[in-house]
Amino acid sequence: MERRAVYRNKVLPWLLIGPQLLLVLVFFYWPTSQALYWAFTLEQPWGGGNLWAGLDNFLYIFRDDRYWGTVLRSAFYALAATGLSMLVALTLASFVDRALKGTKLFQSVFIWPYAIAAPAAGVAFRFIFSPEAGLVGAINDIWPGIWDPATNGIHALAMVIVCHAWLGIGYNFVFFLAALQMIPRSINEAGAMDGARPFRRMLDLQLPLIAPTAFFLLIMNIISSFTDSFGLIDTMTEGGPIGQTEVMVYKIYVDGFKGLDYSGAAAQSIILMLLVIGLTFVQFKWVERRVHYN
Amino acid sequence: MKTTWLLSAALAATALTAASPAAAATKFEFWYGLSGDLSERVQEMCSRFNASQADYEIVCVSQENYENNLQNTIAAFRANKQPTVTQISDGGVVDLMLSGAFVPVRELMEKNGYTIDWSNYFSGISSYFSTSKGELLAMPFNSSTAMFYYNTDALKAVGFEGAPQTWEQVEKIATDLKAAGYECPIAFDPTGTWQWFEQFSAVHNQPIASNGNGYGGLDAVVEFNKGKFVDQLTWYKKMVDAGLMVHKSKAAGQTANEAFTAGECQMSSSSIADHGSFSKQAKEGVHWDVTVLPIWEGTERHNSLVGGAALWTLKGKSEEEYKGAAAFYNFIAQPIEAQHWSTITGYIPVTNSGFEAMMADGFYDAPPYKGRELAIQSLTATPPGEYTRGIRLGNFGAVRQEVSKAMQSVIFDGVAPQKALDDAAARSNEILRKFEQTYKGQQLP
Repeated sequence: MERRAVYRNKVLPWLLIGPQLLLVLVFFYWPTSQALYWAFTLEQPWGGGNLWAGLDNFLYIFRDDRYWGTVLRSAFYALAATGLSMLVALTLASFVDRALKGTKLFQSVFIWPYAIAAPAAGVAFRFIFSPEAGLVGAINDIWPGIWDPATNGIHALAMVIVCHAWLGIGYNFVFFLAALQMIPRSINEAGAMDGARPFRRMLDLQLPLIAPTAFFLLIMNIISSFTDSFGLIDTMTEGGPIGQTEVMVYKIYVDGFKGLDYSGAAAQSIILMLLVIGLTFVQFKWVERRVHYN
Repeated sequence: MKTTWLLSAALAATALTAASPAAAATKFEFWYGLSGDLSERVQEMCSRFNASQADYEIVCVSQENYENNLQNTIAAFRANKQPTVTQISDGGVVDLMLSGAFVPVRELMEKNGYTIDWSNYFSGISSYFSTSKGELLAMPFNSSTAMFYYNTDALKAVGFEGAPQTWEQVEKIATDLKAAGYECPIAFDPTGTWQWFEQFSAVHNQPIASNGNGYGGLDAVVEFNKGKFVDQLTWYKKMVDAGLMVHKSKAAGQTANEAFTAGECQMSSSSIADHGSFSKQAKEGVHWDVTVLPIWEGTERHNSLVGGAALWTLKGKSEEEYKGAAAFYNFIAQPIEAQHWSTITGYIPVTNSGFEAMMADGFYDAPPYKGRELAIQSLTATPPGEYTRGIRLGNFGAVRQEVSKAMQSVIFDGVAPQKALDDAAARSNEILRKFEQTYKGQQLP
């Protein structure tokens, strides 16, 4: 049975969605169409003319092994940051859910990181991880040179990933906690009466029941790691050393704004956009169908 | 009591606003890419200009560095919100030249009735910022070159008197310093391509690109992977591995300049423009001096490249604003203002007569300005030649990035210098070809 409210007036609905539609057009579709146009042309940096280039910009990118390097790096970044963030958030949420001492306090404290702007967190973490002055840098006093994100690309990437994961913990925590609290108490209690320890109940009862939430978070985290990593990387490493923390979104910035290659950057942003659309599609197609919110 | 005060203030404000339209000054913007100490000097200059006359008001906006300023100016230009005057450095010249987005300074000044003796400008500067026919396109403003700074006490401590002139001497001094317990003989930033790569190539007369470093046309290809720079990069690596050069950069937490002025590193290479800041920032008890860039024994010294930037007037502004810009250029070209600017910063005087006047006044004879004349000596070691007049490559900022990455991969990851530079050259050539395609059919002016 379907219940629908229907507008008799044909104009009114358009008027009502008009402002929103206009915003979307101006701030999303118009820039996207510009990027699409640039991706198929050679755009002069100062404006004033462009030449049709067909698929040249895309072919140039696909031939470039450095670009594939950033794709792989982005994939690793996405999986590592997402995995780390979700694991920590789930652990925290399951403890808070168990109504231990101080639960009320932790419920709000764990959300705080989400309220911190990425660049601000970047500055703080850069200090924490600084090889010479930072907290982590203290291990250099014990083993000199063991930690050096200024010259070692792996260290630098790890540093950014940890910071990204930390920022996402709050968001993931809220969703996990809500999902855990929606599980009827009786199921958990029944498990406890049958002699299942908390960890066993977590694995066999709670995890399967919160799977839809976990899947939703997985997709959201991956998308966020593709698009939100910019602010962090820009404040922490500026893509360095030797471009070893350049992920797809940062390479767009480097090539377009620093390198003045507007066309190449536009082509890359089209690819990134398709990737995010694809992920969103997976999310709708798979998750929304399977999730039963009651 | 308070009400009366407020009332009179309000009245005064009304009186002021009522009076101002009659004497409304034309406002125009000037964006520049300097920060910190140098930015404050620019702001002072702007205030002096505004105080000197009542017709125009210049609004000076710092964009932190040359790179940001270029990006922001381009974005503003595309949105038709560009400043009237912007400061573009050596790396952004070709893009701007071909864009046609500017009013040539000569035309601007002639149109507004100012006569400026263009031949008086320093030849190294004109060769960077003028057309192949010698017409200057931008107003010379802050010009510099790379120099070699050293700690006089440290050098004396290991028995070296005077200024190091060759890399052999520098290596010997560094070895002795290390042996004497100095942690950081030479500060080295592998992202500093300007001093460690471009200026090295110029003083050794090594081609950076074919076609006379790009002056001959847009079809130039880079050649930095074929000459002495390969050996130089190999030497840098050797020095870093031996602990004689120490990596200092913003990413590492301390820049080379900071390490030098703090007395932690004993030698460093940087712009003559930092001479003024070093005098101010050097830690108590740190004694230092400056000299020309070292060369290898058995090579002949050539002139170093002019660095820094010039002022470009952008298209699309009103006649009134252009009048203001012309008045500002005329203001900074006055001998007194030019000399003051050069004194407080360290930038070289941009005119020949300016330099001669300062020489005659004995400006360079005593500290804290002594040594700055060596910058002119470095710039005029030989007349600008095919590979020492400048670098005219499209999208040069991106090429610099490639060289910077090559230097870092050699220093940090131990990639073989020849391989790193070959890769950088291949990528640089792709950048140049793409640029050539973008401006297909166009010639360098």
